[in-house]
Amino acid sequence: MTTSHTPWSPESARALLVEIDEPGPVLVALQTLQAAFGYVHSDSIPIVADVFNVSRAEVYGVLTFYSDLRTTPPLDVEVRICMGEACQAVGARSLRADADALIGPSCDVQNVFCLGNCALGPAAVVNDRMIGRADASTLRDAVMATGAGA
Amino acid sequence: MTTIYVPCDSAARSVGADEIAEALAAALPEARIIRNGSRGMLWLEPLVEVDTPDGRVAYGPVTSDAVASLAEALPTAAAHPLRLGVTDSLPWLARQQRLTFARVGIVDPRDPDDYVAHGGLAGLRAAITIGPAASVEAVFDSGLRGRGGAGFPAGIKWRTVAQEAAEQKYVCVNADEGDSGTFADRMLMEGDPFLLIEGMTIAGLSVGASVGYIYVRSEYPDAITSLRAAITAARERGWLGADILGSGQAFDLHVRVGAGSYVCGEETAMLESLEGRRGMVRPKPPVPAIEGLFGRPTLINNVLTIAAVPFILEHGPEAYGALGTGRSIGTQVYQLAGNVLQGGIVETPFGITLRELVLGYAGGTRSGRPVRAVQLGGPLGAYLTADAMDVSMDYESVAAAGGMLGHGGIVVFDDTVDMAQQARFAMQFCAEESCGKCTPCRIGSVRGVEVIDRIIYGDAPEANRLLLIDLCEVMTDGSLCAMGGLTPMPVLSALRSFSEDFERSDHDHR
Ligand SMILES: Cc1cc2nc3c(=O)[nH]c(=O)nc-3n(C[C@H](O)[C@H](O)[C@H](O)COP(=O)(O)O)c2cc1C
Ligand code: SF4
Ligand code: FES
Repeated sequence: MTTSHTPWSPESARALLVEIDEPGPVLVALQTLQAAFGYVHSDSIPIVADVFNVSRAEVYGVLTFYSDLRTTPPLDVEVRICMGEACQAVGARSLRADADALIGPSCDVQNVFCLGNCALGPAAVVNDRMIGRADASTLRDAVMATGAGA
Repeated sequence: MTTIYVPCDSAARSVGADEIAEALAAALPEARIIRNGSRGMLWLEPLVEVDTPDGRVAYGPVTSDAVASLAEALPTAAAHPLRLGVTDSLPWLARQQRLTFARVGIVDPRDPDDYVAHGGLAGLRAAITIGPAASVEAVFDSGLRGRGGAGFPAGIKWRTVAQEAAEQKYVCVNADEGDSGTFADRMLMEGDPFLLIEGMTIAGLSVGASVGYIYVRSEYPDAITSLRAAITAARERGWLGADILGSGQAFDLHVRVGAGSYVCGEETAMLESLEGRRGMVRPKPPVPAIEGLFGRPTLINNVLTIAAVPFILEHGPEAYGALGTGRSIGTQVYQLAGNVLQGGIVETPFGITLRELVLGYAGGTRSGRPVRAVQLGGPLGAYLTADAMDVSMDYESVAAAGGMLGHGGIVVFDDTVDMAQQARFAMQFCAEESCGKCTPCRIGSVRGVEVIDRIIYGDAPEANRLLLIDLCEVMTDGSLCAMGGLTPMPVLSALRSFSEDFERSDHDHR
């Protein structure tokens, strides 16, 4: 996931943006930038505003509303732990505490609310891979399997 | 040739279905391996099936260690410790009545021919034959109600949008499925995406909308891939595009992906998000059916609402209307989640009891401990006690029991649950996900967390209980949408039915 990103540059950002032909394009634009670069560089705000003829405030507002959108590059390993009620019912809170041990210079851990795997909780996602009935050891194995050596 | 099924459903994948499929392919190079959706018996995943003259025979849950011996058994559907029997005869499935989920787990979700071979497109063909006005009336007459949460009659919305004279109208399917404990939309989109496309096309032709959007949450990457592939295949076959099945009518649709906001499941916030803005709730009126996406008349329905439509058109409104109880018509796709022994999908006419679902189908808790609380209807739904489980699972009965059926999610907790923490979580979730438009929700939820904390820590607990009830009243009455308006449901139900938990001294303060 994180390895496939291209390095950010204003030129490549603009090149991606001018290709977008959608009504109501600002959110799609920011998602496109994040998919390409792994994050939305703050210098892209004026570029998005310019390409789609909206205010910078509008772009900034969208960027800060959605929790998926990030303004800093992702680490090699992104662990997301589901903290939805169905996962809480099978130990998500203690899994979250276990996951804290994985946090390091190349591994980040965050909470999410429901991954749609509520019958096989606790659920977690390590980069693109979802893990059902997760526990400290399957989580650690999945992090190891990314090869990033967190 | 042996035909083997290994689900590509993301729940099945989360417990190793991909690895099992690969290992079986290596062990049985002659076999045809189809990646189907899940049959909905999620505790048995990865569930591997093999075609036999008696129907498919199931084995599960399959572990990597079992692949070698399983590969020997599969070609003759032979005995094996994991052999469960003919899938359709397993009591858990045989007792269900699957309309919406009829094809999920049966067909190859990537194959449009398989869809048609299993009866697909019959509803759309019927709709084209009887025409838009009669199609709208069929949906109206069926009594179909919205599955997104509120249970609003679908036919009224369809009529309203159909009656609007506008050059451009839209159909938007709400696939945000943010409620914890719900996954039926996801399983349907992954397991039978053509059904949603067919339903949306019927909707578009019926109400006079030529463009549709499916708003899918970003947490569902497999559903997004499945839908996009199905849309491409449908276009190639003329099921979408300028001339639907040779009818001369046009409809096309697009997938839009959410960005991690629960409130964007609220229909007007979804419209804002589809227009590329912050997901701020719009005041109603105007209702979206009159002024929706880009200010145009817009039909908004949940995935399961739209997915019920092809059946109604194919078999007639009476066939659908004959199922269910009272004003809760048709089948409901219940989702068994949380601390359950046997989690998954149960589709059956409305009116089954909660007890039958939780103790019958789900078999009680996974932990083996007693059931203590059940949350219905997602994070905005009430917590019921174990002795309230005789409630019939239809809209009216659940409401009368102080709960909300919502999207059909059932989250079970055992007796280790701390209900004061669950109440606190409800407020915290609201604080986190509030769109911020109105004060009772934005500020009230933050205050709610603080007040619950004070009760838990024993700081003037009686006065703070009254304050919490008061605050909940303000949120209920003063919020613009159900986010702030219903958050008091889980909070007050916990406070009322599990009041002893607010006096415990051993809370988990994480
Ligand atoms: C905070 C909030 C979240 C919601 N989330 C969803 C959702 O994820 N999916 C959904 O279909 N409806 C959701 N709804 C309900 C929608 O506003 C709307 O009623 C529904 O999509 C209409 O479709 P239906 O009539 O087919 O149920 C939500 C409502 C609120 C207030
Ligand atoms: S109740 Fe909450 S989510 Fe709904 S409009 Fe008000 S602030 Fe937004
Ligand atoms: S609540 Fe965790 S996956 Fe749904």
